[in-house]
Amino acid sequence: MKQTVVRNVNELPSYGFGSQSGPWWGAMAFIALEGMGFAIAIAAYLYLYAVNPKWPLNSPPPDLWPGTLATVIYILSVIPNQFTNRRAHQTDLPGVRIGLVIMTLVGLALLVIRGFEFAHLNTRWDLDAYGSAVWLVLALHTTHLATDVGDTIVLTVLMFTHHATPRRFSDVTDNVFYWNFVVLAWLPLYILLDWTPRL
Amino acid sequence: MSEVAGDPRRELRDNELEQSELAALLLRLWSTPSGWLGRLTSVDHKVIGRRYILTSFAFLVLGGLLAVLMRLQLSGAEQKLLSPDLYNQVFTMHGSTMMFLFAVPVMEAFAVYFVPLMVGTRNIAFPRLNAFSYWMFLFGGCFLWIAFVFNAGPDIGWFAYVPLSSLQYNPTKRADVWAQMITFTEVAALAVAVEIVVTVFKQRAVGMTLDRIPIFVWAMLVTSFLVLFAMPSVMIASTTLILDRLVNTHFYDTASGGNVLLWQHLFWFFGHPEVYIIFIPGTGMVSMIIAAFARRPVFGYTMIVLSLIATGFLSFGLWVHHMFVTGLPQLGASMFTASSMLIAVPSGLQIFCWLATLWDGRPVYRTPLFFVLGFFVIFVLGGLSGVMVASVPIDMQVHDTYFVVAHFHYVLIGGAVFPLIGAVYYWFPKITGRMLSETLGRWNFWLAFIGFNVAFFPMHILGLIGMPRRVYTYTPEMGWDHLNLLSSAGAAVFAASFALLIANVIRSLRHGELAGDNPWGASTLEWATSSPPPPYNFSRTPVVTHRDPLWADGDNLRVVAGLSVERREVLLSSIADAEPHTREASPEPSIWPLLTAIATTIFFIGSIFTPWAVVWGTPPIAVALIGWFWPTGSKEDEE
Repeated sequence: MKQTVVRNVNELPSYGFGSQSGPWWGAMAFIALEGMGFAIAIAAYLYLYAVNPKWPLNSPPPDLWPGTLATVIYILSVIPNQFTNRRAHQTDLPGVRIGLVIMTLVGLALLVIRGFEFAHLNTRWDLDAYGSAVWLVLALHTTHLATDVGDTIVLTVLMFTHHATPRRFSDVTDNVFYWNFVVLAWLPLYILLDWTPRL
Repeated sequence: MSEVAGDPRRELRDNELEQSELAALLLRLWSTPSGWLGRLTSVDHKVIGRRYILTSFAFLVLGGLLAVLMRLQLSGAEQKLLSPDLYNQVFTMHGSTMMFLFAVPVMEAFAVYFVPLMVGTRNIAFPRLNAFSYWMFLFGGCFLWIAFVFNAGPDIGWFAYVPLSSLQYNPTKRADVWAQMITFTEVAALAVAVEIVVTVFKQRAVGMTLDRIPIFVWAMLVTSFLVLFAMPSVMIASTTLILDRLVNTHFYDTASGGNVLLWQHLFWFFGHPEVYIIFIPGTGMVSMIIAAFARRPVFGYTMIVLSLIATGFLSFGLWVHHMFVTGLPQLGASMFTASSMLIAVPSGLQIFCWLATLWDGRPVYRTPLFFVLGFFVIFVLGGLSGVMVASVPIDMQVHDTYFVVAHFHYVLIGGAVFPLIGAVYYWFPKITGRMLSETLGRWNFWLAFIGFNVAFFPMHILGLIGMPRRVYTYTPEMGWDHLNLLSSAGAAVFAASFALLIANVIRSLRHGELAGDNPWGASTLEWATSSPPPPYNFSRTPVVTHRDPLWADGDNLRVVAGLSVERREVLLSSIADAEPHTREASPEPSIWPLLTAIATTIFFIGSIFTPWAVVWGTPPIAVALIGWFWPTGSKEDEE
C-alpha cells in the first residue's frame, strides 16, 4: 500500500510523566482491579457481619493501638511520598534518592507494625467466620504493602546504579502513585477492622 | 526535560530511510529471536496471540470430546459408558474447560492478535505481561487436565457450590484443583485486560478519535473493563474456598458463622458478567463481519457502542437471577427480574442495527456472513428463553433442568461461538496469508447450524418434561430416551462440523488461495498491512481521518514519520483525540515472563497442598520479577 507521510513526530519526547506514560495507565488499571478486590473483600466481611446476630462472634475486637498507629504513619507518609514525586518530576537524582530511602524505611516500619496488627487482632483465622474475615482483609492489604515496599527497595537500588536514566524518574512517580493507593485503600479497612466490631 | 530526553537527532529515524531499507531495519529490530529458546522469549503480540488462539482451540477440542462422551452416555436409558463418579468429573471438566480455558481466552486471544493491528500500533502495551499471561493460561489449563487424567479432576460442577465443594463432602484434592485453575486463568485474563485497556487508551493511531475506533476494539475495551471488575470476585471466592479447605477458615462453614450463600454471591457476581465477557467480543466480531460483507459502514455506530457500554454496566446487576431458588426477599427477586429483562434492550438494539446494515448494504454471502446469520437465529432464540427464565415463577420450575442447559448453550454457542467461527474465516487470511476453502466453509456452516439445533433444541422439551441437568443416566420409564437420542445425533453432526473446520484449516495452510493484504475489501487498519503482518506490523504508523480508513483513503495510507529504527518504539497518544505526545520504548524479548510464570505455577500448585508454599514460593517469584524489570542496558531500557 502506498504511504504518504503527513506528520513528523521527531521532536516528541521519549518518555513522559503521569497520564503521558504507558506504565502509569497500567498502574491505574491494576489499581482498579485491586481496588475491586478490596471492595469484594469488604463486601464479604459485611455480608458475614449482616447474617450473624453477634459480631465479633467469639472474641473481643482488635486492640486499637497498632491499627491507629499505622493509620497515622500512612497519612504522614504522603508527605515524603509527595516530596519524592516532586523531585522525580524535576529529575533531581539526589533528592529522589533521599525520598526513596525515606519511603523504604517508612514501608519497612509499616511492615513491622503490620506484624503487631496481626498479633493484636485478638482472634485467629480458624476460630470462626469473623476471624477468617479479618485475617483475609488484613492479609490482602499486606500483600499490597509488601509488594510496594519490595518495588520501592528495587527502585531505590536502581537509582543508586548507572541505570538511573531519565526514564527511571517516570517509574519513580508511578511508584509514588501506587503508594497513594496503598494508603487510600488502608483507610476504609482501618474503620472496617478496628471500628465495625465496636458498633 | 528536553535536556535529559536527549538529542532527537542522534539516532536513526524512519524519515531518513527508503521503504525497502526501512523494512529491513525494522525486521531486524522487531523479529522474535530464532531457535527454540528464542521462541520462548517472544513478546510479539501476534506470536503470542497465535499461541493463545491455538491453545484455546485445543481446549475446545478436549472440552468438545467430553461433550461427545456425555451425549453417548445419555443417548439411551441406563447406558454404562461412564460411571456416576466419572460423569461428575466429565461434566465439571466440560463446563470449566469451555468457560475458563476456551471461551474467555479465545476472545482475549483474538484481541491480543488484532487490537494492536486495528488501532495501528506496533505491539500491545506491556508485551512481557502478555507473554506471562499466555504461560499462566497454558500452565493452568494443563494443570486441570493433568489432574483429570490422574482421576483428580473436579467433580463439583463448573460453579463449585459449597457445601458440596467443602472439605467435608469433597475430601480429595479435586475441588482444590478446580479452585486453583480459576486463579491461574483469572491472573491470565486480568493481565490481558490491563494490556487491552492501555493499548486502546494510549496506543491508537494518530487521529483515531473515540468515534473512529473499530467496533471490535470498543467491544474488547468494554470486555476488558468487565474482566477488571468481575474477576477479582471469583479470585476472592476461589482463594477463600482453598483457605476453608486447607487452613480451616470458616467462610462457608455455617456452624462457625460462615454462610454458603456468600459463595453464590461471590461466584455469580463474577459469573454473570462472565457471560458478557464471552458475548460482547462476539458482537464486536459480528459488527466487523457485517460491515465488510454488507459493503457499507455499520448502521448506528454510536448506538452500537453505547449498547456495548450499557450491556457492560447492566451485566453487573443481574447476578442474583442465578439464585432465585435460594429464597430471596420478593422485592429483590423483582428487581433482578427487571434488570435481567432490561439487558435484552441493548442487545436488541444492536441486532436491529445489524439488520439495518444488511438491509441497506449489498451483502456478499460468504462463509463469515453465513455464521453471522446463524448467530442471529440461534442467539435470538437463546435470548427469548432468557427472558423466560428471568421470570421467577418460570425459573422456579425449570431451574437445574435441561431447559436451562438448552438456554445457555443457545446464548453462548449462538452468541459467541458462531461469531467466533465466522471471525476465524474472516481473519484467517490475515493471520496466515491464505484463504480458507469456501466450499468446505459452507459445509462447515450448515453442519454446525443443523447439528447445533438438533442437539440443543430438544433439551428445551426435555427440561420442560422434567429431566434434571447433571444426571448420569435415567430409567426407560421416564420417556426421555427418544429426545436424548435425537440430541446425541445432533451433537455428532455438530462435532463433525468442527472436524471439518480443523480439516479446512490444515488443508488451507498449505493449499489455500493466497489472500493478499485485503481479500475482503474491508475498511479497518489490520487490512492495511501484509498478510501475515510483519513483526513490526506497519513500517510507518498510520494516521486516521475516517472511521473506515481504507474505504476513505483507497490505496493511500497516511502515515507518521520520525520513529526510531534503533530501538523498539511505539507512539503514545491522548485518550480522546489520539494526538501523539510520546515515543515510548517497547520492551524487547525476554525469558523472564516464562520464568516468572513457572515460579508462580509452583507457588499456586504448592499452595493447595501446604500453606507454607506461600513462604517458600514467594522468593522465587520476587527474584523472577526483579529479573523481568531489571534494565539490561539495551537502548529500550536506557533511553
